[in-house]
Amino acid sequence: MTKKEQKDLQVTEQEMIEKEDLERTRERQCFVPKTDIYETEDGIVILTDIPGVDKDSLDITLDKNVLSINAYNSSSENKEYTIAYSEYVPGDYHRKFRLTGEIDFNRIEAVVMDGVLELRLPKADEAKTKKIPIKAG
Amino acid sequence: MYRRYRMPNIWREMDQLQREMSRLMGQPLEKASFSPLSYPAINIWTGDEGMIVSAELPGLKVDDIDLDITADKLVITGERAPDNVDEGARYHRQERSHGKFSRSIQLPFMIDPAKAKAVFKNGILEINLVRAEADKPKKIAVKAG
Repeated sequence: MTKKEQKDLQVTEQEMIEKEDLERTRERQCFVPKTDIYETEDGIVILTDIPGVDKDSLDITLDKNVLSINAYNSSSENKEYTIAYSEYVPGDYHRKFRLTGEIDFNRIEAVVMDGVLELRLPKADEAKTKKIPIKAG
Repeated sequence: MYRRYRMPNIWREMDQLQREMSRLMGQPLEKASFSPLSYPAINIWTGDEGMIVSAELPGLKVDDIDLDITADKLVITGERAPDNVDEGARYHRQERSHGKFSRSIQLPFMIDPAKAKAVFKNGILEINLVRAEADKPKKIAVKAG
């Protein structure tokens, strides 16, 4: 984190999903999106890079305590021109996270902007540190 | 002498075979041939009328990207700013990176910089370049004699 200021951006290989519990019925390749997760006093923030995906082609589900992100890339490959050179493949994204019980599941917020999905998972009130008043006896 | 002329053909055939194999295996052919040289990774489509260059730039704003387009060269520069993280945040995981980038692309034919258009949507930059009128391939009409 300390060296991030001066570092130039590098291209990193997109990790492909090798094996899934379910087989895909879509032709596109599926990648594991690059993700940052950080915790603040109020909750947990998940930032995921999903270039090419808009609000309407994004599925976020919460089943018990498993949060899964399914992003379908809608950018079309069928251009009027033919592909001459290619370094990346537009693909779908899929990733699952197991949440701890400290999250307030009803107040999870999701925003997608410029190819980045931001999920805000607020901590449940009980999980925040509580002060216990001490009464004089 | 005989060998000298034969060798390149073998390599060409091997390369052809490899491409054919990767196509059959469902792997994108391009991935087998090239790997990205510098950020951002780009795709190029070409045609008689012009070309489209696209790049994946998640997390950038339109104002973070600079394009310098000349008749035969395209330069994409920019900087991905770090996220605004609340004070005292603890990272559990950090896979995304920030920083400056600059990529210069030599174009396969002359374009008209005045007609260039760029769109940035959902983290994908798409630049549409129109082939220069003088550079377009000409059709030669064949007259009956």
